[in-house]
Amino acid sequence: MTHEEILKRLNTAFPQSVVGHEEFRGDLSVVIRREDLPRVALFLKEDADFSFDLIVDVLGIDRYGSADRFEVVYIVYSLKNKQYLRFRVTLAEEHPAVATVTNVWPGANWYEREAYDMFGIRFEGHPDLRRMYMPEEFEYYPLRKDFPLMGIPDSLPLPRR
Amino acid sequence: MAGKSEESRKSRILAALEDQDTSIVIDDPLENEMILNMGPQHPATHGVLRILVRLDGETVVAAVPELGYLHRGYEKIAENCTYHEFIPHTDRLDYLSPISNNVAFVLAVEKLLALEVPQRAKFIRVLCCEMARIASHLVAIGSMAMDVGALTVLLWTFREREKILDIYDVLTGARFTTSYTRVGGLSQDWTPQCTEMLIRFLDEFNGDIAEVEQLLLHNRIFIDRCENVGYMSQQDVIGMGLTGPLLRASGVARDLRRDAPYLVYDDLDFDVITATESDVLARFYVRLGEAKESAKILRQALGKMPQGPFRADDVKVVLPKKERTYTKMEELIHDFMLVNIGLNPPVGEIYQAVESSKGELGFYIVSDGTGQPWRMKIRSPSMSNLQALPTMLKGGMISDIVAVVGSIDPVMGEADK
Repeated sequence: MTHEEILKRLNTAFPQSVVGHEEFRGDLSVVIRREDLPRVALFLKEDADFSFDLIVDVLGIDRYGSADRFEVVYIVYSLKNKQYLRFRVTLAEEHPAVATVTNVWPGANWYEREAYDMFGIRFEGHPDLRRMYMPEEFEYYPLRKDFPLMGIPDSLPLPRR
Repeated sequence: MAGKSEESRKSRILAALEDQDTSIVIDDPLENEMILNMGPQHPATHGVLRILVRLDGETVVAAVPELGYLHRGYEKIAENCTYHEFIPHTDRLDYLSPISNNVAFVLAVEKLLALEVPQRAKFIRVLCCEMARIASHLVAIGSMAMDVGALTVLLWTFREREKILDIYDVLTGARFTTSYTRVGGLSQDWTPQCTEMLIRFLDEFNGDIAEVEQLLLHNRIFIDRCENVGYMSQQDVIGMGLTGPLLRASGVARDLRRDAPYLVYDDLDFDVITATESDVLARFYVRLGEAKESAKILRQALGKMPQGPFRADDVKVVLPKKERTYTKMEELIHDFMLVNIGLNPPVGEIYQAVESSKGELGFYIVSDGTGQPWRMKIRSPSMSNLQALPTMLKGGMISDIVAVVGSIDPVMGEADK
């Protein structure tokens, strides 16, 4: 499917949900309204023309300084059309949260856990939202731009003299 | 509840002691569930993977893999160094095929820059990727066989892999941490000596891999340990987002070299190996077949490789040759700018993936126009493949755990980033 066909089909199915799109280096990236994510995700997977059945990645981005600070990007792949699609939602700085897509693509589980671990984005309805890499008692979110590269002293328990 | 049963047990024991009665009833330990902790330093977990398993006797009821013991924060590091500075870090991701990580990363940067690379460089990169695939699959085959008890195979496959590492040594100057690619090309040219070594390796390879095959596939114990072990239905495999040999072993012929061609894979003739059984043995077959296909690709690429430059001619983004840096003012300035400030790609976001030996290895780069990426996400195949571990282990035996982990072939450097 060409990019125009994808956009047209999405716009017809969800006239309100697609709030923008970008094309760069031959890739299409669609911006979805946050509230509509579960419906759109399900449609992208179940629709016979799309059938984006393979979840490739879910990642968080911290756009420090812009009004909607956080962003979650989903990369999906259609085995039928041999095609990638990217879509994303933007989240507010305070208590960033978005609905999970693990009920659509079970493989999103760990990617969402990673985004939670690194950015503190909560995925509502996630079956097992624990930290992926950092210890559970760690208080910070390391990939946020306000987390320093050297780390924060005393954020991890060290042996005492 | 627990307190109550504890009480009654105590009172029973006390009563028994008082009566001098020896008929104390103790629960059969085999009827209880047990939690077993495997790793992170278990020799069969291929690195620092930790698995918590709930056992009913010898049967695995549930398993929870625990990651993060090798987390070095590469995505954070990437945000704080230039694109060129990150190339050595990619060696440490999947350290069994470092050179294909190098290629994947520079392909992503070149896509961001819309930079065209000379034909010769593309062929050399294909040669590197396929050598890396053979080396990595040899380790996967050997270590999986070792995990189920066939130590000889590991020694044989490592002997073969050593020959590839020798070629790396001549080509890149390092056996393991190659850091061979540069944005726009390569650090050094392919040499006739490499061709000679590679042809010698290829001549011996088919015979040697056939020996390995015979040793294993005529071995009843090996077959019994692998067949119908770690089964996962095709639907589950797709749902979990598995890629690479695991996906192809379930009957889905997805190979990015064919489906989203990069470099010069369009011009090369090769088969995508698939199997339908989706068990440990099928994954073994797929890896074996892929190693042979890679040998086929290597021969073709050697034959088709043209002469010419091995680095693109774009002074703003491609590092100049060292001798020119030392003798020409212009090149010295460009070198200084590229090293200290970095190449400044346009503002934008790209995702570029390659078919590495483990599966889809992708880089998602968000550029804000400066020399360092604003955000870089590594889509590592080992991490997403490990996610399927609980499904594969469930209902199996405890001794199958090592076989299943071996069939996933995870590299924790990549899974933990």
